[in-house]
Parts: sequence; structure tokens; C-alpha cells
Amino acid sequence: MTAVFLGIPTAPPGVGHLRGDRSFPDAAREALRDGQLRANLGHATSTIRAKRAAVVGELPDWAELREAGRAIKAATMARLDEHLIALEEQVTARGGTVHWARDAIEANAIVTRLVQATGADEVVKVKSMATQEIGLNEALEAAGITAHETDLAELIVQLGDDKPSHILVPAIHKNRAEIREIFLRTMPGADPDLTDDPRQLAMAARTHLRERFLRARVAISGANFAVAETGTLAVVESEGNGRMCLTLPDTLITVMGIEKVVPSWRDLEVYLQLLPRSSTGERMNPYTSLWAGVTPGDGPQEFHLVLLDNGRTAVLADEVGREALHCIRCSACLNVCPVYERTGGHAYGSVYPGPIGAILSPQLTGVEDNASLPYASSLCGACYDVCPVAIDIPSILVHLRAEHVEAQTRTTPEAVAFRALSKAMSSPRLWRLAQRAAGLGRFLARGKTTLPNALPPPVSTWTRTRDLPTPPAKTFTQQWAEEHRS
Amino acid sequence: MSSREEILGRIRTALGERGPVSPVTRGYRTVDVRPAEVLLDVLVDRLEDYKATVVRCGPDEVAATVATALAAVQGDVVVAPGVPSAWRPEGSVEDDGRPAVDLAGYGATLTGVSAAVAETGTLVLDGSPLCGRRALSLLPDCLVCVVEAAQVVGSVPEGLAVLDPLAPLTMISGPSATSDIELQRVEGVHGPRALIVVLVA
Ligand code: SF4
Repeated sequence: MTAVFLGIPTAPPGVGHLRGDRSFPDAAREALRDGQLRANLGHATSTIRAKRAAVVGELPDWAELREAGRAIKAATMARLDEHLIALEEQVTARGGTVHWARDAIEANAIVTRLVQATGADEVVKVKSMATQEIGLNEALEAAGITAHETDLAELIVQLGDDKPSHILVPAIHKNRAEIREIFLRTMPGADPDLTDDPRQLAMAARTHLRERFLRARVAISGANFAVAETGTLAVVESEGNGRMCLTLPDTLITVMGIEKVVPSWRDLEVYLQLLPRSSTGERMNPYTSLWAGVTPGDGPQEFHLVLLDNGRTAVLADEVGREALHCIRCSACLNVCPVYERTGGHAYGSVYPGPIGAILSPQLTGVEDNASLPYASSLCGACYDVCPVAIDIPSILVHLRAEHVEAQTRTTPEAVAFRALSKAMSSPRLWRLAQRAAGLGRFLARGKTTLPNALPPPVSTWTRTRDLPTPPAKTFTQQWAEEHRS
Repeated sequence: MSSREEILGRIRTALGERGPVSPVTRGYRTVDVRPAEVLLDVLVDRLEDYKATVVRCGPDEVAATVATALAAVQGDVVVAPGVPSAWRPEGSVEDDGRPAVDLAGYGATLTGVSAAVAETGTLVLDGSPLCGRRALSLLPDCLVCVVEAAQVVGSVPEGLAVLDPLAPLTMISGPSATSDIELQRVEGVHGPRALIVVLVA
């Protein structure tokens, strides 16, 4: 059963950042030519892979935690409506206001209206994938409201007028020297003697944002988890920018995808162990903030929670694909992916890059709007192995490829070739003829082990991305016949 | 139809016929059976790994220990209202409920904690008088937390079990830090750049 068939809408086009303007192979080809980008990514991902492996290896019960993490998410999705209703009830009972947003357009309108009601013309933001997904900053800007990103990597992206390329470290594609250059160019009053020492760069960001935090009246955040039975929200972070936003302003607006709910308080004991070790490779991240509604005399006195669909219910409708909603956005699958490591995140065209993006973006938008993403993988399975909630990403990729192929009405050259191959392989006589014809390939290869990728179209669409071994001088059957002739 | 009804309706359509929900198996460790002394050592090890400073002292030496630890810190020391007078260093002032942003003027903060998790080197502050409001442990550049040995538990599950889910909770594992530049950890961004833990045993 597909969402299309059931009439459940996917994320609307024209708003937010789930669709690229080019196909993955086209964007990737360009990224692969950028040697600096590849060096930056290779350095950063190998650092984090080693750290993750060390702290995950430290827990003897990692497998059990991972299984519990998977099972809680599966159980949550099976009763998602009930948990959301409970969450709404609890948040409301503790002085918060809950809003429901069908899609990006509605969520942006709700948040804009809430900010306008406070009279503020600027907001501070905690890094949040959901608000990036819906293009909230652009929507606020159109309404004359300035959004200040406060996470260091988000700030680098915002100041550099760039796009995020990683779900945890959006500026992973920039190295320290490039970051220094961005700061010097865009931060008013930046110290001209600023070096590229990461500590100095972090201090520059502290100075730049300090005054903004202290004057902010409205903050916008995402949420890592929301506990249905207690109405408790959780934001997991490192720098303290999250705490600044969640504590100092009068009004807090949290935008959360509906899949972030967990049923019980106890469930956090699983995710607060799985998430930090998988994401930054730490035993625990420096700061986790948990709050339920409004606390008199402590923190924002007005709290709004916006529950966002934007295609998530369409993902839920696919029994195989719905596992993508279990993602806790740790980014471990990006960091181990050989494709991501080489192309970087921009090539995926969506705010969700890497293996999780390859299964989530096409489902949120409908597979035809991101048709090349399910192919952006070698199916090596490394993503599945590291995923702390055991999402079987390779199987979902194959499932989405099948869905995409089924949706094709036009016959592709590839389909024609495979049909011919299937015919030849089912007839010994045709197969021998075909093998003899393949011997011609040796002539094209001129002694190399693989065929040149300069074959004419339509064959080139296949050979451009694959190394085709040069056919052997004799086929196995020919050789067998010769050796056993007597 | 309201957005709420529509989204709930979509979920019900997407789920279709409902079978029973598969039970969740919690096969992971929920208690840490190591002796208390070992847990204290683990806590210290983790905190130091995060570049926090840990000093141990006896129950009667807290104020003096705090004073020594803060000797090099510039500015006044503000304490959470529920901090026992025996812990307060001389000259410290109590949080008087001034607007939160004005707390930025202090040099250091002294609070207690509501629990500490050894395995992850985590201190939890719960907004109670002993821990103070959230801005108090955030704005001054140096945070001193007094942890009593009896408050230390081994694992994350044991830690969460003693907390109130309705309280404004802050879990603190080291000074503020970032991994945003080349995925290397650097301590000290927006939150306190120094974390001093006084372990009372
Ligand atoms: S799919 Fe798994 S590994 Fe990838 S970001 Fe989500 S939770 Fe992490």
C-alpha cells in the first residue's frame, strides 16, 4: 500500500529544502572534482569514526540498547496518534500551547504569526533539522523577521551564505582556514589577528553571539525527543547555545516532527545512551535540557509546540519505508558512508544527506521528486551496522528503487539491455554467440583490464559509473573444452 | 477539518488495521553493581576526560575547598538560594531573583546537584533551590557544583529514575564544548568555560 494510493499528501514543493535542483549523479560529479572538499570530509569523518567506535565498544550492552532503541520506535509508530494526543494533553496541562501543522507552509505561517504576536523582529535559533527542512528562516525573513542561527556550524553556514551539508555538523565541508576567512569577512569587529585555531574560532563565535542571546525575546528550537506521558521535551547539544535559547527569552517556540515523540520517560534512558556515543563519539554530550511546559520564575513564560507532518504520515503509510521515521539524527550513517565521504552533503540536494537522506527525502517528497537518491549508495551496509536504532537502510533503498522502477512507464535502454540479456541467458546457442561477440570488447580495451568509459550512448550511461572488466580471451566453457578434449 | 484532525486522520489511514504492538525488550543494564568507591573514581575519570576540574574534600571542608578553587576567578560568586551556608565561600552572594540576563555580571556560580551519573560523567541540576534556576548555572563563566557521594549513581537508567520529569532539568557533562570545527572537540563556547566539581566524601 502506498501513500499515493491512500491519498496521504507528501511534503509540498516550492517551500523548504527537501529537493535538489539537480539529480544526485550530476551534483556528485561536480563535488568529486573539488579536492579540498574531499580532503575536509575525509579528515572529519575519519576522526569521528574512530571516536564513535571507541565509546560504542566501551558498552557491553550496546546490542541490547540498540534493539531497545529500535523496538521503542517501532512501538511508538504503531500507536503514533495516541502518543501525540497524550503529548498534547500533557504539554497543555503544564502551560504550553500545541499547534498542528500539516506541512511546511502551515508550520512557517504558525511560527511567523507567533513571533509577530510578541512584537519581536528577530529571533535566536537552536540548530534544528525540522526548521531547516521547512525553510523557516526564509519565511521569517519574508515577514521582516531576522533569524540568528546560534549553533557554531549553523552560524558558519549562515555567515558564509552557504548550505548545510551534514545533519550534525552542517559546516563539515569547511576546514578551519576557510572558517577563519568567513569570520573575518562577515563578523563585524572580528579581531584581525584571529588565527585558525579552533579554540580561537569558538571564542570569536562566543563574542559575536553573546549580546544577541542577552537581548533575545523569542527563541526557536527543535526537539530531539518529546515524552508523551509527561510532556517533557529534550534538546541535546554541546555549546550551551541551546541552553541560552531555551532559558533566556520570554517566548520559546519548538518545532518538532511528529515522529520525535516517545511514549515514556524511561525511554530516554535508552536514547540518551545511544545518541551521544553515535553522534559526537562522546559518552555524553555537554548539555541536555529537559523541560515540561512552563516553569514560573525559570525560563520562558510562554511556550509553543508546533507538531509538524510535512510528509511524515506518507512515510508512515509505507510498511517497509516507515522505519526511516525511527531516525534519531545521530549522523553516524553519514560518517561511515563511502559515498557521502566522497560527494559531501550538498550533492543530495536535501537537508537530509547521506544514507538516511537517501531513504528519507524521497519518501517525504514522493519518490519521483527525488528519484536519483535511492541509487546514491553502493549498498555496502555500513550504515545499517552503525545505526543506533538499527534502521535497515540498504533494504529500504532497494525497496524505493523498486518503487521508482515500477513508476516508470517509459522503457529505458537499460531495461531493453536486460531483457535481451535474459533472453540470451536462457538459450545456450544465443549465449555462446553473445560470448563470442563480447570478445570484441578485448579489441576496445587495448590490453587494459577494464573497458574504456568512452562508449557511445546509451551504453555510456551504464559504463560511466561502472568499471566493466575486459572480457577474457577465452570463455570458461571454451577453456574447459580445450583442457578436457581428450 | 482542523489540521489536528487531519493529521490524526492521516496517521490512522497510514497505519490501517492495527495489530498488537510488539513488546519492548529491555535487555540492557539498568543497574551498575560496582562498589560506591569505584563509581566515584569512574565519575572523576569521566569528568576529567571532559576537562572539568575535580577536587575531593570532606563534609566540613566544602567552603574552604570552593574558596581555594575559585581563588583565580575574577568577579563575584553567586550561589543558588538553597546552597547550605556551610558550603558558601566568604563574600559570596545569593541569587536574588534579578532578571536572568543580569546574572552574566557574576564571575562564578556555586550550586549543588540533584544527581550525578558516574558512567557518563554527568551532573544533573533540577531547578530546585539547591541547584538554582537554569540561567544561574549558564551565564557566569565558571560553574562550581558540589556533589555528595550519596548522590552518585552508576548508570544513565539509575540517574533518570531519581529525577522529576516535570522539573526543568539540565544535564551537564563537562564545560561547554563544540565539535563543529573538523569534528574535533574544543572546550568552552557559550556556556561556562570552566566546570569545577567538588566531590564530598
Ligand atoms: S539513520 Fe540511524 S545512523 Fe543514520 S542518522 Fe538516523 S539514527 Fe543515525
